[in-house]
Amino acid sequence: MKAIRINQPFNESLRELLRSLLEKGKVGAVFALTRIGSGYSYTLITDPKLLDQITPIDPYMPVGGGKMLSRLTMIEPLTQPIAAVIRPCELRSLYELVKLEQANLDNLLIISLTCPGVRPIRGLATDRGETLRECCQICDRFIPEKSDLTLLCAGEDGNVSTILINTEQGERFLEGLPFDYVEAELKVPEGLKESRKKKRQETFSRLKPEDLGMEGLINIFGRCIGCHACGRACPICYCNLCYFDSEESESHPKELATDLELKGALRLPTNTIFYHLGRMIHVSLSCVGCGMCSDVCPVEIPVGTIFTRIAESGQKLFDYIPGRDLEEKLPTSTFKIEELKDLGEA
Amino acid sequence: MSDFLPRIVGFLCNWCSYAGADLAGVSRLKMPPALIPIRVMCSSRVDPLFVLRAFLGGADAVLIAGCHPGDCHYQSGNYYTRRRFALLQRIFQELGLEVDRLRLAWIAASEGVRFKKVVTEYTDRIKKLGPNPVKKEIFL
Repeated sequence: MKAIRINQPFNESLRELLRSLLEKGKVGAVFALTRIGSGYSYTLITDPKLLDQITPIDPYMPVGGGKMLSRLTMIEPLTQPIAAVIRPCELRSLYELVKLEQANLDNLLIISLTCPGVRPIRGLATDRGETLRECCQICDRFIPEKSDLTLLCAGEDGNVSTILINTEQGERFLEGLPFDYVEAELKVPEGLKESRKKKRQETFSRLKPEDLGMEGLINIFGRCIGCHACGRACPICYCNLCYFDSEESESHPKELATDLELKGALRLPTNTIFYHLGRMIHVSLSCVGCGMCSDVCPVEIPVGTIFTRIAESGQKLFDYIPGRDLEEKLPTSTFKIEELKDLGEA
Repeated sequence: MSDFLPRIVGFLCNWCSYAGADLAGVSRLKMPPALIPIRVMCSSRVDPLFVLRAFLGGADAVLIAGCHPGDCHYQSGNYYTRRRFALLQRIFQELGLEVDRLRLAWIAASEGVRFKKVVTEYTDRIKKLGPNPVKKEIFL
């Protein structure tokens, strides 16, 4: 496979690549992770001088990059090309958002990487060391699906950067830029997939159906304060006005009175379990397992772990991998006449 | 527990199942008064959130009824319903919730007898299962 090689560490190499793209007018802007003060944020940069500040490969994901790109492209496609550096799960979420008609890929040059994982953003404020997000530890889809360019990152020593050219678009953007072309293969550390899969099984085995049930759910979400941050951070949860924030979901006084009469008590805010179950049903088919929800949970509920576990089973039902292929329709927006024949008949 | 009469929330599609229920009524077919019917224009109008809300609100069971596959008034609504129901069932199973309390049934406008059969059988089944334990869960 055709690739370019830059004899510098990852961040520096990407800066060089992006600077070339910007200075040669191949792209009008760059979308990448940037270190800002004590934290990180995605930024959109048009001034090549400011590219020194981007840190695309630093192991943090402050918000879902797919969701940010959806915000940039939702109303109208981009009018000038943008080069975006995002991780594989962010790319999958972007594809899902395209299917959900919330994003547009026109004029977007996608640069992704074989992803070693990211650390919880909270780690920047506390001294919690360098542990990866739990969702990253159990992620076995760390190779990007159909990115234009792929930086080989996971398991590399980081002195030399190899960037694979996967698409014609990628090749077109690189034309005339002063880089060394080499032949390289997509490679990931040996055994990484297997060990991640094993960890995934182990983690999921702690969440067996027989251990869950309503009691189990109440236990897991017992700490939930109803802030809905998980939904806000979720790249798939795109509704501007969520049902659970709408007036419709507010409890009518009569309803509250009935509940109180029946149960003698009421949890406030209401609808805690309803919210999480509702989200599981609404978004789990498109859940890319990025772990943003766990990351932003102020009371540290492992939302993402239970979501990926439930999502996986729903996705298996329809043999669907979110973000694998743009041509693959969302399972609930299509059907086959000859399927699920026994449902509804008995 | 023998005098327990379940409350089953039933979402009935306007064109087939609601008409089927109507036919059962005008035919004076006898069935347990357990079903609380809610008429929807199509079974695919039923957002899974409706089902969850009924279930968490203490309904002993939730029935979704629509036209037989191929007979949907809107051509294909019930095929979407079928997929969504399969997903809902799967999520209930994976979470260890009682999946028997959810049911999908195709009932045509001419099938008053089938409507009666579905309601009677499902009521019996829920009677055996007992009241929805979620009713007793205070801190949902």
